[in-house]
Amino acid sequence: MSTDTTIKGSLGVPMKRKEDPRFIQGKGNYVDDLSFPGMLYMALVRSPYPHAEIAGIDISEAMKVPGVVAVITGKDLEAAGLGWLPTFHGLDKQMVLAIGKVLFQYQEVAAVFAESRGAAADGAEAVQVDYNPLPVVADPFTSKKDEVLLRPDREAKTNHIYHWEVGDRDRTDQALQASEKRIRQRMWFPRCHPAPLEPCGCVAQFDKMGRLHFHVTSQAPHVYRTAVSLVTGIPEDKIHVISPDIGGGFGNKVPVYPGYVCAIVGALKIGRPVKWIESRTENLTSTGFARDYHMDVEIGAKADGTVTALKVSTTADHGAFDAAADPSKYPAGMFGIVTGSYTFPTAHAEVDAFFTNKAPGGIAYRCSFRVTEASFAIERGMDILADELGMDPVELRRKNFVKKEQFPFPSVLGFTYDSGDYHKTLEVALEKIGYQALLKEQAEKRAKGELMGIGISTFTEVVGAGPSKHFDILGIKMFDSAEIRIHPTGSGIVRTGAKSQGQGHETTWAQIVAEELGLDPQNILVEEGDTDTAPYGLGTYASRSTPTAGAALAMAARRVRERARKIAAHLLEVGEGDVEWKDYKFQVKGVPAKSVTMKEVAFAAYTNMGQNEPGLEATQYYDPPNMTFPHGAYIAVVDVDRDTGEVKVRRFLAVDDCGTIINPMIVEGQVHGGLTEGFAIAFMQEIQYDKDGNNLNTNFTDYLVPTSLETPHWETAHTVTPSPHHPIGAKGVGESPNVGSPAAFVNAVVDALSPLGVRHIEMPVTRDKVWRAIRDAEAKKGQS
Amino acid sequence: MIPAAFDYRRAGSADDAFAQLQKLGGDARVLAGGQSLIPAMRFRLARPSVLVDINGVAELDYITMNGALTLGAIARDSAVERASWIGERGWSLIHDVSRVVADPVVRQMGTVVGSLCHNDPSGDWPAVALAARAEMVVRGKDGQRTVPIDQFLVDSFTTAVQEGEMALAVRFPAPDDRTAGSYQKVERKVGDYATAAAAVQVSLNADGTVRGAGIALSSAGPCAVRVTDAEALLKGQTPTADLIRAAGEAAAKQSDPQADLRGSVEYKKNLAGVLVSRGLRQALARLGVQS
Amino acid sequence: MKVSIKVNGVQYEKDVEPRTLLAYFLREDCGLTGTHVGCDTSSCGCCVVVMDGDRAVKACTMFAAQADGHEILTVEGLAQGGALHPLQQAFWDQHGLQCGYCTPGMLMTSYALLKHKPNPSDGEIREELAGNLCRCTGYNNIVKAVRQAAETLQAAPATK
Repeated sequence: MSTDTTIKGSLGVPMKRKEDPRFIQGKGNYVDDLSFPGMLYMALVRSPYPHAEIAGIDISEAMKVPGVVAVITGKDLEAAGLGWLPTFHGLDKQMVLAIGKVLFQYQEVAAVFAESRGAAADGAEAVQVDYNPLPVVADPFTSKKDEVLLRPDREAKTNHIYHWEVGDRDRTDQALQASEKRIRQRMWFPRCHPAPLEPCGCVAQFDKMGRLHFHVTSQAPHVYRTAVSLVTGIPEDKIHVISPDIGGGFGNKVPVYPGYVCAIVGALKIGRPVKWIESRTENLTSTGFARDYHMDVEIGAKADGTVTALKVSTTADHGAFDAAADPSKYPAGMFGIVTGSYTFPTAHAEVDAFFTNKAPGGIAYRCSFRVTEASFAIERGMDILADELGMDPVELRRKNFVKKEQFPFPSVLGFTYDSGDYHKTLEVALEKIGYQALLKEQAEKRAKGELMGIGISTFTEVVGAGPSKHFDILGIKMFDSAEIRIHPTGSGIVRTGAKSQGQGHETTWAQIVAEELGLDPQNILVEEGDTDTAPYGLGTYASRSTPTAGAALAMAARRVRERARKIAAHLLEVGEGDVEWKDYKFQVKGVPAKSVTMKEVAFAAYTNMGQNEPGLEATQYYDPPNMTFPHGAYIAVVDVDRDTGEVKVRRFLAVDDCGTIINPMIVEGQVHGGLTEGFAIAFMQEIQYDKDGNNLNTNFTDYLVPTSLETPHWETAHTVTPSPHHPIGAKGVGESPNVGSPAAFVNAVVDALSPLGVRHIEMPVTRDKVWRAIRDAEAKKGQS
Repeated sequence: MIPAAFDYRRAGSADDAFAQLQKLGGDARVLAGGQSLIPAMRFRLARPSVLVDINGVAELDYITMNGALTLGAIARDSAVERASWIGERGWSLIHDVSRVVADPVVRQMGTVVGSLCHNDPSGDWPAVALAARAEMVVRGKDGQRTVPIDQFLVDSFTTAVQEGEMALAVRFPAPDDRTAGSYQKVERKVGDYATAAAAVQVSLNADGTVRGAGIALSSAGPCAVRVTDAEALLKGQTPTADLIRAAGEAAAKQSDPQADLRGSVEYKKNLAGVLVSRGLRQALARLGVQS
Repeated sequence: MKVSIKVNGVQYEKDVEPRTLLAYFLREDCGLTGTHVGCDTSSCGCCVVVMDGDRAVKACTMFAAQADGHEILTVEGLAQGGALHPLQQAFWDQHGLQCGYCTPGMLMTSYALLKHKPNPSDGEIREELAGNLCRCTGYNNIVKAVRQAAETLQAAPATK
């Protein structure tokens, strides 16, 4: 039988990406690359005011602009029953086009459809809107007073959206009071934006039979299909959502945006395909922002550093609508991970969210729904505690880590951490970076008055949304799915309900299937993003693809293998029980010479299957029993220029433990990218509003994306603690570096300034802030 | 984002460009590198009805070194950056700035003269031209005239170029072998305008005293700021650490920035001082003087 | 207005509005969608193409009219006779891309860079690529890729 000895394992191999040949040749297939006969372009009219009544909209001039075909307004949509969109976690709804009033600057007011991009823009400019400005609520603390009611459309006549809490408040308060040491710090995780380089956009097209083909930049195409059906009333079988290549998402392409609904309505009403591609300004000012959490963090500890209690009270700014793309059952998502890597005997976390006259959102920017905020709070808080105790922050962490033997570890706020070895990961990091030598260098520099800082972050992530007990979107549970078909010649096609936006699924999915089935990953085609062909899934975000779709895929492959085993038994002329899967082949137990490869079995499945069911395919839906809990130890080394406040990140080491690694090259790339986003958040990115509610960061000249020159050189390493409940032990990695790194950067800067008495600096840590912190600290010292 | 519609005229020569501008008057704008104009048009903040494109006018695409350095109207930033003389000590101010204007790709199209005509208070070239005591060659109805840079830079986004006129060139006087400069810029990231920047040009006498200094700031007021107090302080003096500090302090004092996303007023004033001092130290170091 | 632009060796004669940006001319009039648009402020560099052989320009900050009579090279023109350009090969080998949206611009800026500086240091590569943003890779691997391509091109200059 088989003489093939060349079959190799595919897991853990740094295989070059299968999707790359098209991207490097300009043959990608992004939404804006699509064109259809008769296609119109849509442009949106947006509000210049953050809060205003709409006294009237006059479209007559716009209709005279050459090339303009139609204009729709909120009134038109309302009349059609399409005035509002449900938000994903079901706590609120959002206007599609402004109805009666606008609630944030750049809110969508009217949609213009025209023969060209230019004509659409000309038409949008010609729409006359009469606004009566209203008082503006630009921050959640003003909102809290309820002096101006922003959302009279809601039943509850308050700007307060929700209160959420977890943990034991009384016990935590008592423990804090009784603690020998206690720190308290207000920390603001600023409003930032994922800003993928490809903006959001869509093409809506109805075919001759009236079926909608909706091409869209979506991280979750099946969810879009269901949502579009629910909003528009179009039966779901008449909707075909196609998410082609996506130029980065980072959470920005999870929500359904008003522009999408307008494009569909326009295409239906006019009977021609409609393309809408937002501008960078539209992307930054109206699509999902992230964070904007004002957190009061308190930690209690014994004098020896043993932590005794954690309390975090948060005021959240959700903007004009609570459009948080949070699929968990908790309004503050996974914020309960705030106890981090440490064994707190008691903890309490609460979040109160408010409406303001700002863009809606609250999406998980490379984050599992508020995990980044939580990780920042605890990792910054631990450093402040170390400072208060006069203890090395490394020592404080070691002392309080959950120990290896405590896993599965039930956290006091309700999670069961699957696995981890925090001490080991930290030790690897300390050794690799040369911590002792750095401490020595720092002491020498401090003696000379130079400002050098070392920042540590030893975070625990919670990813893999998610178990149905914790998650749903519009009621849909957050399982994921995979389908495998093996062709007669031993190649195959794989489809999942996830959707890559650069993560490399076409490669890693092929590797998983190849590993499980002993096939060549080069001949496993991966297809995602087409709701007509892919099994229902909830998409890609929150590092969920590997923990959910990846798991489903491994399990589907094992189903294929079980079916193949029957055919192998037929080919080997033995009973099924006598066939074992070894060295990526089926062989007769104890007789390695008698074997068949999967390729041979695949051919037989179509040509010589005996009494077995023909064909070789399987589908698997997977509702994970638990989240996965990646962790890491990150160390940043910075030098601060006293005169200019400039911070130079001299070194940054990320040691990640994401469980089993499918493709180390891709994992490293994900870490590099996430660190760069974390770096940007820590040092330069913020969506700011002035007190009048004007957005100040409306394009890339003011919302800053670091270039190759500012970005540090990244160093990476790994430890591997497999997830016990994932079929291949993988945990997911995409967001760890973004979640874990901001605290490391800020801790490093504060450490550099700590000899001056500086204890905290808010992000983004700009040169101006650093310079002022130094100046103020020195002035204070001069006085005392 | 798509600009409002406009008419496009391609100039075949400098004469042709000038004639078209004369004819079209205030509705027309010269299109040189376009790296500030085109984004402004895309946002419809600028909406000229006619663009007169001078990119194809070969006679304006030159860099000549004939004692003075003269850059034609469409000499690109990148051409300056790559010029063979750029490594010479006397041109160190120009060398420095040519590497930090906008970003490397924008510099392929962006022009020095265009940048000066744009006169953005946060731009790089206006401060450099002030420090280097450049002059502009402007063509008007009465023929060509030469305008000292201090008179050319009138106010934010306003220059001495009148309606129907065009700037043909910028001329930097030849530095002697005891002249060096430095451009010090703090920006939030590559491609950003300066949070603060200092252009410094120093000429020494044979005895090591300062024969003359040109010092100017970007992002320090409605227009690039010549730090006359610092120039006066330095003149005739032997540069010392104290003198350099005093020059920096004069710059901080004369700097009159606005608070914006790049920083507070006090921070920018501080930076102006720090950067002038650093620039002076670097320029002097280039002349072999440690201070 | 009429423009005539040679793109990747093919002459395109088209009637366009003067306000047509070169990036949209390439994408929509020539059907070469490899050149992307990611911003309106010439910040991101997704649209970079090479003009007249060695000049990297941002095609969203230039009108098609300005390219009339010029030669443009886009990402689609890099591979020759079915063989990847050494830069393309290097971006693939070094995992210099993830979502792929910035990649064409990165490749074209790198192409012009290597024409001017055939053997750049890592620092010079970082300086020269600073007009191109990437949100995915963190640039480490892009720098490695450009260095690999430089080495390949230097070893076999004929493949330029």
